[in-house]
Amino acid sequence: MSAQVQHSATAQHNTPSSVVIRIRRREKPGADQYWEEFELPYRANLNIISCLMEIQKNPVTREGKRTTPPVWNMNCLEQVCGICTMVINGRVRQSCSALVDQLEQPITLEPMSKFPNVRDLIVDRSQMFDHLKRVHAWIEIDGTHDLGPGPRMDQEDVSERYAYSRCMTCGCCLEACPQYDGDNYIGPQAIAQVRLFNMHPSGKMTRDERLEGIMGDDGITNCGNAQNCVRVCPMSIPLTKAIYEENRETVIHGLFGWLKR
Amino acid sequence: MAAGTNGIKIAIVGGGLAGLAAAMKIAEAGHAVDLFSVVPVKRSHSVCAQGGINGAVNTKGEGDSTWEHFDDTVYGGDFLANQPPAKAMCEMAPAIIYLFDRMGVPFSRTKEGLLDFRRFGGTKHHRTAFAGASTGQQLLYALDEQVRRYEVGGKVQKYEGWEMMSLILDDHQVCRGLVAMNLQTLELKAFQADAVMMATGGPGLIFGKSTNSMVCTGSAVSACYQQGAKYANGEFIQVHPTSIPGEDKLRLMSESARGEGGRVWVPRQKGDTRAASSIPESERWYFLEEKYPAYGNLVPRDIATREIFQVCLDGQGIGGGNQVYLDLSHLPAETLDRKLGAILEIYEMFVGDDPRHVPMRIFPGVHYSMGGLWVDFDQRTNIPGLLAAGECDYSIHGANRLGANSLVSCVYGGFIAAPAAIEFAKNVQRNGTDSSKIYDQELKRQQEINDGLIKQSGTENQYVIHEEMGKWMTDNVTVVRYNDKLKATDNKLLELMDRYQHISINDSNLWATMALPHARHLKNMLELARVITLGALNRNESRGAHYKPDFPKRDDENFLKTTIAEFSGEGPVLSYEAVDISLLKPRVRDYSHNKQETAGATVAASASAAGLPPKEGAKQVPIGGEEQKPADLSAPVVWTQDKEKVNAPLRDDETRKELDKSIEDAGGKSDKV
Repeated sequence: MSAQVQHSATAQHNTPSSVVIRIRRREKPGADQYWEEFELPYRANLNIISCLMEIQKNPVTREGKRTTPPVWNMNCLEQVCGICTMVINGRVRQSCSALVDQLEQPITLEPMSKFPNVRDLIVDRSQMFDHLKRVHAWIEIDGTHDLGPGPRMDQEDVSERYAYSRCMTCGCCLEACPQYDGDNYIGPQAIAQVRLFNMHPSGKMTRDERLEGIMGDDGITNCGNAQNCVRVCPMSIPLTKAIYEENRETVIHGLFGWLKR
Repeated sequence: MAAGTNGIKIAIVGGGLAGLAAAMKIAEAGHAVDLFSVVPVKRSHSVCAQGGINGAVNTKGEGDSTWEHFDDTVYGGDFLANQPPAKAMCEMAPAIIYLFDRMGVPFSRTKEGLLDFRRFGGTKHHRTAFAGASTGQQLLYALDEQVRRYEVGGKVQKYEGWEMMSLILDDHQVCRGLVAMNLQTLELKAFQADAVMMATGGPGLIFGKSTNSMVCTGSAVSACYQQGAKYANGEFIQVHPTSIPGEDKLRLMSESARGEGGRVWVPRQKGDTRAASSIPESERWYFLEEKYPAYGNLVPRDIATREIFQVCLDGQGIGGGNQVYLDLSHLPAETLDRKLGAILEIYEMFVGDDPRHVPMRIFPGVHYSMGGLWVDFDQRTNIPGLLAAGECDYSIHGANRLGANSLVSCVYGGFIAAPAAIEFAKNVQRNGTDSSKIYDQELKRQQEINDGLIKQSGTENQYVIHEEMGKWMTDNVTVVRYNDKLKATDNKLLELMDRYQHISINDSNLWATMALPHARHLKNMLELARVITLGALNRNESRGAHYKPDFPKRDDENFLKTTIAEFSGEGPVLSYEAVDISLLKPRVRDYSHNKQETAGATVAASASAAGLPPKEGAKQVPIGGEEQKPADLSAPVVWTQDKEKVNAPLRDDETRKELDKSIEDAGGKSDKV
């Protein structure tokens, strides 16, 4: 996987007359993958989503063959919902914020490879949400009735928590992680959520439960320190810092946790 | 399926802020929830809300109060909102913010470690709590986390990737469940429920491009409307003054940009082609500050939108085009990063300029529907067993929503709907003798619709029809509305409905296809588009977001009423209902002056003027004849209405002629299209 960002500087100086897009397709789970190429007229400010919408309207390949419209997931188109993640020119990212003017042509679109491929560019990322269950990624509030404000906090701590709290469960970190392969490793996103809740004054009180969620065979020790996750994270979450901090916490918990019992 | 302690199960459709808030409350009370969402709930449209959440916590010593928040909300909504629920929301707002604080939302803090608040449009107070500039994302995640906790506990069963197709109604029109479709397999399934709650958000996609997410079609709500649910105030569509025009959507530029000091301007000289930075201060026209000295750039959205629209219409836009500047470049970059980082990144990502140094170019975009399913003060629709909360219901916001009131109204709606749904479920007689029949019947009806669409082979392209609908609706049913154009739009919608009969599903692979779900949405969007258009046509006044140059004044005598649309085979049937104005007397809405100047003194104003410390928030009430409390609050104030005039069916030619004549009599434009 290439983690290279293509900047506008590398894009064409002359305005191209068309956009060529190659899509790696699959009819349904288990079917073989195949490539199809599409060409559409160039317009300024196109992003990948608007290209896909154009293809969907009239799905004819570059060779003039009528085909089924490629399918993909999309929702917010502002890079905050995380749903439209795919591999674009070899790099995992959100397709809404991938601008044609900043991409080298032909543009290749592939589904993420670390998750079950449903059809074409759609993958099933439910394992990520299962990981959040396992690490108890929530604050154990006593109830939703009015108990007044929460604990006072330093803006500096809030800023650090805010950075982790922006994780949209898009899966870029897992796609780029050389260690992650399905269910062998819980991965950076869940570890960062442990950090988010273990930093909170109320969250701290139940931090052991979260630590135990990342201490199994598929836990935090599987991190190989490749640091790809932090490079591809669209929200610039300090994932490696979270892994470092939680690694420390789990070691301490492993050594002294039994004393609390 | 999830199991409740006493067998009660409530279905919630939609996993945004309102749906999750209700799911949390119902699960906490020990009952079971089936939660349906077309996308994983964490990816719901609530994530797009940026600026913040309102609540009169009054930690800034400004004499803010929940009454003041209520007054701002009703005044901002041009008095079309029923007042008791708006007041109840404002009273609950501080507790809602504190609850999110306890759930770990990283709200921005003051130096003392307290919650920080910023200013938003339509108020003079710092009343908006915020988490950077991604408050909606943070609040949604907090609820997502709590609901996941109940999912682990077995109280909540999620059906993500399932879309609601229709309600299951029994012979007495009581809601007994719903039919949903699996978006991968296209399998249709009937789900029994003791009550169903709609929390599906807005219908922005009816306008083609909007600030809404792609799931915001209004399709499920339209299905309810077509099965007998009343739809209220559909014509009130908020067009946000500041969005970033794009090829696929209009991206929101939050009002918080102006709340933090952003200034809107255009070059004084028409068609000035100089770069913004080289235009000196004296040659910049800060038109909002000039026209509205009291509120400046923070006038309510409908006003800011119309002003920006008009400036561009007059050829004063940047380079003569449809754009004005929203300028933050005079503010320190550090402050901008801390308070607005997320939205500045969005602008930078999609436009390429750095708004810390270069003024942003923005234009209004369709943003929010004040209208929605009719609900009573307990969020119950007119169909027994069907409730609604969040943007998909019509309550709270009247004719225009104030910034940062949407998040709080979603949570409030969910918190009120949850106990109301439980109460209904406890008392309803379950599993009548003919119950299994109704599930099979509705399932069969839905299967037939799907089969029909799949078999259909016409020459029309459903995406082209969607585009045309979006363009007509945006051009004619948004910022400025004329009756002749509204009529032409309705005719166009009828034409599109006709053409819809001839679409073909262009995907031979039905596994996880986007084509069939879109075809289902499109039909429902067209139905709802008519409700919006005809509601606007019939309302001959200007109020909040609804503006007709031919009827430029608010007309309380004839139109201080809620529009109610009911489905019929012929199209929407409109009727009108009195607005509950039992707490605040309607007054002229004028943002060129301070609210107190137009409204008379309030306690807060007089206290601060006298240098006295403000009293505790919730207990403040205005003095000086402002507050009107009838002895019996349960009875709404009834306004006399000319039923014949407003209740006439719209498709009737006679009525149309009469309408034409009345418009011409009033000096309006000819209605002949």
